[in-house]
Amino acid sequence: METLINDFSVGLFFMQAFILLILILLMRKFAWKPILDALQTREDGIKNALDSAEKAKLEMQNLQADNLKLLNDARAEREAMLKEARDMKNKMIDDAKVEAQTQANSIIAQAQAAIESEKKSAMAELKNHVAGLSVDIAEKVVREELANKDKQLALVDSLLAEATLN
Amino acid sequence: MAVATKTIKFIAVLVLALSSFSVFAEGGDQDEKGNLIDSPEEIKEYIAHHLKDSHDFHLYTDNASGKHWGFSLPVIVWTKDGLKTFMSSAFHHDDQGKVVVEKGNARLVKLHSKIYELEAGAATVNFDESHHATNAHKVLDFSITKSVFGMLLAGLLMLLGFGALARSYKNGKSIPTGFGRVLEPLVIYVRDDIAKPNIGEKKYRKFMGFLLTVFFFIWILNLLGLTPLGFNVTGQIAVTACLAIFTMVIYMFSGSKDFWAHTLWMPGVPVILRPVLAVIELVGFVLIKPFSLLVRLFANMTAGHFVVMSLIALMITMKKSFGVVGSTGMSLVLALFITVIELLVAFLQAFIFTMLSSLFIGMAVEEHDHH
Repeated sequence: METLINDFSVGLFFMQAFILLILILLMRKFAWKPILDALQTREDGIKNALDSAEKAKLEMQNLQADNLKLLNDARAEREAMLKEARDMKNKMIDDAKVEAQTQANSIIAQAQAAIESEKKSAMAELKNHVAGLSVDIAEKVVREELANKDKQLALVDSLLAEATLN
Repeated sequence: MAVATKTIKFIAVLVLALSSFSVFAEGGDQDEKGNLIDSPEEIKEYIAHHLKDSHDFHLYTDNASGKHWGFSLPVIVWTKDGLKTFMSSAFHHDDQGKVVVEKGNARLVKLHSKIYELEAGAATVNFDESHHATNAHKVLDFSITKSVFGMLLAGLLMLLGFGALARSYKNGKSIPTGFGRVLEPLVIYVRDDIAKPNIGEKKYRKFMGFLLTVFFFIWILNLLGLTPLGFNVTGQIAVTACLAIFTMVIYMFSGSKDFWAHTLWMPGVPVILRPVLAVIELVGFVLIKPFSLLVRLFANMTAGHFVVMSLIALMITMKKSFGVVGSTGMSLVLALFITVIELLVAFLQAFIFTMLSSLFIGMAVEEHDHH
């Protein structure tokens, strides 16, 4: 301990204090301040770059999600439109079928009605004709009768054969 | 071309390192009178002498011609007659108080690496039985001693190295080139692993100047101590004491209100105990913490130098029992091993000093939320 105290040089202590103080001041001004500032600037720059990269990545992801959404929407819309068109087509076909059926039915009905009425008028005409014939025949028969009995009968027969032919 | 320059540089460094190592080793063999330093007592004295500061830069002494290799350093002392400056060569390498240098009315001698001023009227130094000077007193010595020279060298290296790193950022470049690439991670290491965790994100910036300077100052000086130049700056107790006192002053003056409240009037303990605790805390902060800092660094570095030198000396002390080759080989292997460990210790001690400094500063600036 005595040697230690003996070795303690007050002059060296002061020289050291002086040198250290000057060195701290010089190093602070010429070295540490610019170095630490430059490091800080660099680290901030790196941090900002990383942050913006992250932001860009997020934006990109959002954009992609948006795009996907748009695409899906468009696809769904197309599907809907196609479906609508298909439905419309089917409906139109059905409608047309129904309409055609009714029209055909009505045409058939009309035709039947026309046939019926033609038939009726033809029957009436035939009846009238038959009646006329009958009257004519009867007249002729009556006239023949009056002349020859046999001939009258043959006439009736021939007339009747004619009548059936008609 | 660049490769060639690098190779030449590398060879130059290698030659310098090897030659200075051999100079150092031989320097251990001889003293001024040309007698070999080969007894354990002489080696012990030589090591003790090395551990002290010295007034000249002495590499070795040529035994045959008696010539000293090295250079003298300026002596600046404050005597009764005022400030005296002269070169240390005036003492002619005397360390026993025999050569008296007269400057004006002051008579100065060098004794065990310290400069003494003779009392008025005395012509030579008288010693008592325990070899203490009886008619001389120590002077205030502001000399550029070997340690001061080492500090200036370390400071210069730091200013050059980190100044270059700082300038390399100026041209808009954010990434340093060359040696700056080595220094920059070290600065980041001190900032992120020493200062920030201990002091806190908000307040660390103010103390970075001190912490970085102290870290690199101690580390460079520790590494200089491992070179064969024989620096032992961080093994000087005055140097470590100064460093520790700087830390103490910084944390005492940057203490927050909470820190002083906790130190002087500890909340949550009985009132009667508070003055006792205040005394204990104050003694802790003013004396014990700086003392632990200064002793740790001083003791580690001194011990390291002592061990390395003792192991180098093995090649002389063990020559009789193991032969020349055996003792040299053993000394080489052991000294190499310890030197590698010292390389780690050099960093470790710089780290620990800075770490503890920032820890103490962190304690002082901390603010508590729970009031």
